[in-house]
Amino acid sequence: MSWYLATPLVLPFLTAVLSFLMRFGVWGRWISVGGNALLLIAATLLMVEVLGAGVVAGQMGSWAAPFGITLVADYLSAVMVVITAITALAVSIYALADIDARKEHLGYHALFNVLIGGVIGAFLTGDLFNLYVWFEVMLISSFGLLVLGGSRAQIDGGVRYVVLNLISTILFLTSIGLLYGMTGTLNMADIARVLPSVENQPLVTVIAMMFMVAFGVKAAVFPLFFWLPAAYHTPAFSVSAVFAGLLTKVGVYALIRMFTLIFDHDVGFTHQILLWVAALTMITGVLGAAAQNDIRKILSFHIVSQIGYMIMGLALMTPLALVGAVFYLVHHIIVKANLFLIAGVVERTTGSTDLSKIGGLYRTAPLLAILFFVPAFSLAGFPPLSGFWAKYVLITAALETHGWIIAAVALLVGLLTIFSMTKIWAEAFWKHHPAGIDPKLTTLSPAERRALLLPIAALAGLTLIIGFFPQPFISFAETAAEQLLDPSAYLTAVLGGQA
Amino acid sequence: MEALLALTIGVLVATAVYLMLARNVLRFIFGLVLISNAANLTIFVAGRLTAGAPPLIPEGAKAPVGEVANALPQALVLTAIVIGFGLFAFALVLMFRAYTHLGTLYSDDMQVAEPRSTASTPSHLTKDTQMTERPAE
Repeated sequence: MSWYLATPLVLPFLTAVLSFLMRFGVWGRWISVGGNALLLIAATLLMVEVLGAGVVAGQMGSWAAPFGITLVADYLSAVMVVITAITALAVSIYALADIDARKEHLGYHALFNVLIGGVIGAFLTGDLFNLYVWFEVMLISSFGLLVLGGSRAQIDGGVRYVVLNLISTILFLTSIGLLYGMTGTLNMADIARVLPSVENQPLVTVIAMMFMVAFGVKAAVFPLFFWLPAAYHTPAFSVSAVFAGLLTKVGVYALIRMFTLIFDHDVGFTHQILLWVAALTMITGVLGAAAQNDIRKILSFHIVSQIGYMIMGLALMTPLALVGAVFYLVHHIIVKANLFLIAGVVERTTGSTDLSKIGGLYRTAPLLAILFFVPAFSLAGFPPLSGFWAKYVLITAALETHGWIIAAVALLVGLLTIFSMTKIWAEAFWKHHPAGIDPKLTTLSPAERRALLLPIAALAGLTLIIGFFPQPFISFAETAAEQLLDPSAYLTAVLGGQA
Repeated sequence: MEALLALTIGVLVATAVYLMLARNVLRFIFGLVLISNAANLTIFVAGRLTAGAPPLIPEGAKAPVGEVANALPQALVLTAIVIGFGLFAFALVLMFRAYTHLGTLYSDDMQVAEPRSTASTPSHLTKDTQMTERPAE
């Protein structure tokens, strides 16, 4: 059993060590691609196992549940691991052309794979302190990736990113300490079992709020998101793409896990706050994006506004809303990573990502235009692309609970997202290049073109598949939501008979 | 003993927050060190204090005899100290780089990644220098 759980966790670290040793040749980057391909296989195997068993749990070192460290995968964890592996593989192929030799010598591939390992660890662990450790693994490698290359803008963005994330980390650590003091255990399933019998329930709500703030910084929700647009447009495009796709989503995942499994004692209070947070996150994110004129800055603000939709699904806390949140997570990671990868190609062919300095891509690179069209308008929620179904489910869930305001906000933000995507489309693709250049994909070497466009096309294809055949994904998300709302299967899998 | 530690944690957090609110990023770093130690102490106290009873298992026995101190928070604090040290080292180097590359320690003056407007950015801040290049002394 634990073999399925441990492999996706061990593989990235193995890949990291090997690619670090081989970083001075061409082998390092291919080890990274190969390692991530194996990771995808391991993640798929885990998924198959979870589809069969419902929840898979393994005790590391064979220490029985509340004492040892538990790895556990339910439907949500399993799909997050698979989607992480897909993103990691796509970005590692893209990095073949995007990352120069100097960054490779500094250890780009090692840091990248450690980051992936940290993300997967956070998805699979069933132990709160272990979750903290995986967050740190993720954080320290993301620090390295962010400033790798050391341009002034990177250092500047890095300062904000590091400062705010360290504050969140300390808050997270303190909350773990307090929660441990109240329950005497760190195993998440065991905490969920013990917590209802704790005498001081108001203090539990206080700790819940501390966790909400700590994970809120990681997930970049209003009003804690300012580090994200300050930093995400500065590093290499591969790095931006993997950050945009995965890092904030780990925060969202942690929020969903904590506020369905552990802190579901005072839903009226905590989830009401989450609902306000969701609405304000959506609005500020999309308005921030409207004011920007650089592709990566626009996309960064859109990460913030999209996070709002996922939090909205969690805040409504109905089965349908959680279906929407899970579906949105999966759809969003693919689309967002892809848009940042496309921004990289735009920069390479036109020389900039500043919308006032570029243009002409529709005429000279129609393939890229189509590849941009799919994720961009999926993000905006055009039917029948994947984003439409995600928004449709969430807004239906909001209407079912008579949440008229949040439904209206979600619809309005969808409209404003179209505005931003149309802006990129009109400026980068339709208008003529202001300097009179004809940006062509053929300026890239054939090998570069393959490495850059293959992952973009694959992710766009995946968006189309989810869009045209949403039924299996929706019914998967339904089971995931059922497991989140009724954690008895999770508790039994982790704790055995005593739950 | 708990009261004394709680007071210590309170003083540490208060000092740390004061330092972290400063615009000088170096002060922020010092605040960070203090507050992470406050977090470590919090975990330690949350695990309940048992004075003078180290969690040692006598020879021949399979479990500690009598009431002993809780060893788990100590392990957690140890892990947190190690991680915190790594993060602190990184943050210190980053602030040093920020000082050498951006020429300032004041967060208000760091405007390369998010310029307020292109017109007001001082000309010496717009040129992109790589890490390999040393700024003129």
